[in-house]
Amino acid sequence: MAVLIARRIGIAVLTLLLVSAAVFSITSILPGDAAQAALGQSATPEMVAALRAQMGLDQPAYLRYLHWLGGLLTGNPGQSLANNTPVADLISMRLPKSLLLAGTAAAVSVPVALTIGILTAMYRGSRLDRLLSLATLGMIAVPEFLVATVAVLIFAVKLHWLSALSYVPETPGIGPFVRAYAMPVLTLSFVIIAQMARMTRAAVVDQLSQPYVEMAILKGASPARIVLRHALPNAAGPIVNAVALSLSYLLGGAIIVETIFNYPGIASLMVDAVTNRDMPLLQACAMIFCCAYLILVLLADVFAIVSSPKLRRR
Amino acid sequence: MIQEKTLPRRDVLRGLTAAGVLAAVGGSLGAPGAYAAFETPAEMPRRGGRIRVASVSSSTADTLDPAKAALSTDYARLNMLYSGLTQFDSALNAQPALAEEIHDSGRILWTIKLRKGVQFHNGKPLTPTDVVYSLLRHKNPATASKMKSIADQFQEVEVSGPNEVQIQLTGANADLPAILADAHFLIVPDGTTDFRTAVGTGPYRCKEFTPGVRTIGTRNPNYWKPNKPYLDEIELVGIADESARVNALLSGDVQLINAINPRSIRRVTASADHAVQETKSGLYTDLIMRRDMMPSGHPDFVLAMKYLLNRELTCKALFRGYATIANDQPIPPSNRYFLSGLPQRPYDPERAKFLLKKAGLSGVRLVVYASPAAEGSVDMASILQLSAAEIGLNMAVNRVPSDGYWSNHWMKHPLGFGNINPRPTADLLFSTCFKSDAPWNESGWKNEQFDQLLVAARGEADEGKRKQMYGDMQLLIHEKGGIGIPVFISLLDAYEKRLRGYGSIPIGGLMGYSFADNVWLDA
Repeated sequence: MAVLIARRIGIAVLTLLLVSAAVFSITSILPGDAAQAALGQSATPEMVAALRAQMGLDQPAYLRYLHWLGGLLTGNPGQSLANNTPVADLISMRLPKSLLLAGTAAAVSVPVALTIGILTAMYRGSRLDRLLSLATLGMIAVPEFLVATVAVLIFAVKLHWLSALSYVPETPGIGPFVRAYAMPVLTLSFVIIAQMARMTRAAVVDQLSQPYVEMAILKGASPARIVLRHALPNAAGPIVNAVALSLSYLLGGAIIVETIFNYPGIASLMVDAVTNRDMPLLQACAMIFCCAYLILVLLADVFAIVSSPKLRRR
Repeated sequence: MIQEKTLPRRDVLRGLTAAGVLAAVGGSLGAPGAYAAFETPAEMPRRGGRIRVASVSSSTADTLDPAKAALSTDYARLNMLYSGLTQFDSALNAQPALAEEIHDSGRILWTIKLRKGVQFHNGKPLTPTDVVYSLLRHKNPATASKMKSIADQFQEVEVSGPNEVQIQLTGANADLPAILADAHFLIVPDGTTDFRTAVGTGPYRCKEFTPGVRTIGTRNPNYWKPNKPYLDEIELVGIADESARVNALLSGDVQLINAINPRSIRRVTASADHAVQETKSGLYTDLIMRRDMMPSGHPDFVLAMKYLLNRELTCKALFRGYATIANDQPIPPSNRYFLSGLPQRPYDPERAKFLLKKAGLSGVRLVVYASPAAEGSVDMASILQLSAAEIGLNMAVNRVPSDGYWSNHWMKHPLGFGNINPRPTADLLFSTCFKSDAPWNESGWKNEQFDQLLVAARGEADEGKRKQMYGDMQLLIHEKGGIGIPVFISLLDAYEKRLRGYGSIPIGGLMGYSFADNVWLDA
């Protein structure tokens, strides 16, 4: 197992390198550069040239890439071109906020999704199953910007219960936290709960049709014991993978939620970086998303191996 | 106030208005400390309270460096933290601010006497060297100032007395006081190169600045305007999405927003606690017809396109009436140099058809470039497309994204749209956007007579003659210029009614970006 994990980590590092090269070359193809983006409408050729030289954009692309890579390997992701502050500072301001939002959304959605998935699998074909299936399919179908906007209109504009903007509250405590996070977490959960619940149901249903479950039924095990003790551990692999994919979405895919609630997370930082052609910042964000994804998938694999009785004994 | 030592009194007064400075404040300027609050409110302002203000944009490119300011959020932030030598009043006249008196001789050598007893936020007193540094840094290419081309007019800026600065211009320019009121020319302490925080002389001190997130200013107790500012704290954020911005206002999360869509006005006015502020401005989105390309370089084609602009429809349908019909010249009716006698160019498709036929361009295929980057241009292009179809002209609209529009599309196609922000003076607008060698001469229009008039008007002492010259220039652009301006777009802000002292200064939204200096919160 250790060999397997070590090999996975090696592949992950290689993937990161390839992704960084791909992101760098794709953004180089984008029209305009950081100097033009900074000067905007007021750019004149002389000003652009002066600013390019100042930002080091007059060097050839491969040199800039190698320079950036060298910096990253020594732990320095460089200076942001847009506002001349260290990229590390910008990231360290935003990343904890994104992690907090993603963590809260995960803490809310994973138990709910698993419960829905298992219940619908246990009582498949029943009225409860059909109702929850309809609801989850509906949740997948509704785009999250609509969920967010409708939620704002109802809870913030009409009822004044919650804040239309979501900032990390300055006063500690449960009340302010709920006020600030209720709607973004609700919106994010909406989509991922549905996806995770559908996957869980499918995986558990698949296991319930296996001969060993029939054996368990014949032995007289209770339905709860059959699902929790026998089917669920075997279904853990696909479920954990679905959870990992959904959670990786929480970090980088939260851009719509960040925009609507004006939440200062890392997804909007990356969008800023693209708009400003701020290569070092963009690369850093891309690396973080890529890392998060790889780590989650790796964890999912390890968990699947450990939890599955069949794989574990191999 | 401006005093002309070398001229008799009558000329002094004329000079005052010519230079864009109201003479009315004269008396109160004599006594130090007795600052004339030219926007003196009718009711007694209340001290205290905190507001949150949301502007249109906020990104990691946010800055505290006046030279680099690019967007309305930047201007609002800077005016909250810094003061300039002059500042605009509601009629766009430049009023003295950190300057106490401004004298000139021949409109080329300007002497600025500084207000005494002004302190930076760190306690350092304001000195002439700060002013010299703040103005000259724009000329240094390494500063990457947005105002470099304007600052190149400063031939020399030097300390000329214990509390005095002299500016020698490269050529006469009566508009210097208005130029100095621009947010880029706000005063920073001598030698400042690190703008991670702001040390200014403005109404609020920088408590927190997080690019792309927010700026918090706390009341500056040593502000040079007595009794001002009124609020304890202002938090400035950016909300890019317009409906999210309006929602934030209506839910009570923010007290003031700018740039609302005319379609949102009904939502705001339906609330008993909120109001809309319309500012008639010189902002316009224009159709650009490049002179150096075909068919847009043909004078008859240009005129035909101008007749094809359905201004009424643009004003009513696109802006719900929150716009002013324009006449293919860039000076809005509110400007004192507006040429009022100029006949309005009508919407006349038949005339356009005739002109195109005359030019032999009837069957030409056209592509017009529009982008959300130039406000309203996508819809304007659609209206133009419909009008063109009526006279059998085949026009395609190429909608391109905002991202990179200014560097990759603007002024690069025969037909496209541009967007020009309000400029405080006719001279600034003409110099940056219409002079033959202007950097943003959108249509590549070259007119020697126009260039001569422009330079002559800068140094013209006689206000009547100056107005005449600006009138002639407007006529030239109206008749021969390569751009079509359908409407001037009104700036729309919305605010909570508890916020008092709010008004409009037509240089931009958020009260000409200087709301922080003027507003208070009613109990």
